[in-house]
Amino acid sequence: MTDTALFTYCMRLADDSAILSQRLGEWCGHASHLEEDIALTNIALDLIGHARELYTYAGQIEGKGRDEDALCFHRVEREFNNLLLVEQPNDDFAYAIMRQFLFSAFMHPFWEAMMNSKDEQLAGLAAKAEKEAAYHLRHSAEWVIRLGDGTEESHNRISDALEFLWMYTGEMFECDEVVSSLVAKEVAVDPMSIKHLWDETVNTVLARANLERPTESWMQTGGRKGEHSEHLGHILSPMQYLQRSFPQAQW
Amino acid sequence: MSEQATPLWEVFIRARNGMSHRHAGSVHAADAEMALQAARDVYTRRGEGLSIWVVPSAAIIANDPDEKGEMFEPTASKIYRHPTFYELPDEVANM
Repeated sequence: MTDTALFTYCMRLADDSAILSQRLGEWCGHASHLEEDIALTNIALDLIGHARELYTYAGQIEGKGRDEDALCFHRVEREFNNLLLVEQPNDDFAYAIMRQFLFSAFMHPFWEAMMNSKDEQLAGLAAKAEKEAAYHLRHSAEWVIRLGDGTEESHNRISDALEFLWMYTGEMFECDEVVSSLVAKEVAVDPMSIKHLWDETVNTVLARANLERPTESWMQTGGRKGEHSEHLGHILSPMQYLQRSFPQAQW
Repeated sequence: MSEQATPLWEVFIRARNGMSHRHAGSVHAADAEMALQAARDVYTRRGEGLSIWVVPSAAIIANDPDEKGEMFEPTASKIYRHPTFYELPDEVANM
């Protein structure tokens, strides 16, 4: 049972990183200026690193011979368990920045806590990922502040992004059977245990950005069960095209 | 609506302890913090640095190329300033 739970848990984290990475990769060659183009794809590469380790580890736990490529490129939409937040589209730069900020404000304390996991593999990855997530948070937070506190146009755009993405933040704190069973074994991070850190970061940055924190309301859910928005299929088709057309293709 | 060009910053990177910062290139950024991040993202992707300085390009004072005669030519004839007459012991690795 634990192994199934651990497999599912790793796959969720891997899918979060892989899908957000793919979204960020869409900026390659399209960002506002060269420096930001490189900054966003740097973050994407960090996330690919996390996804690769997690898929590989999940494949070992499963023990059916599926490697990172099989797990990332040969599953269909309903088998992906990423957060709905990370699949939301790059409507504009503000959406991409706000999505990154809301996610990284969670992932930084998450990896920090994961460093104490009894699972050596996860604790090891966390030690590396924590530093990367700290930078992702710093970079996105500084942009949130500048867009929010910038021109009327930039304020409106980042404000719209916050308003739209807020309903996807509840999912990060969901704690189902998979998570709670692993929390009990001190393998997983209890998301509610880091909620106050997320709140603190979000409140501080939004205040500095002259943005109002949206009121608590109904939250979207479903990503962890494979119920996605219409966007995921459109992410998977270009992402999986090569491996599906030429399975086992080597670079 | 007034639009300003994004300021340019010069980037200096120190690769190792004990070395000096060296000019690596330049980046565009709205302010100092973003310039530092841009420098990190653009110039230290392959482990090039331990320390970054960014300086507004406008703050750099350069000599006038027309004055290069008086500035630099006088040194051309002072060959004795080059320490080429000394035998360096093998133990001295970095000179």
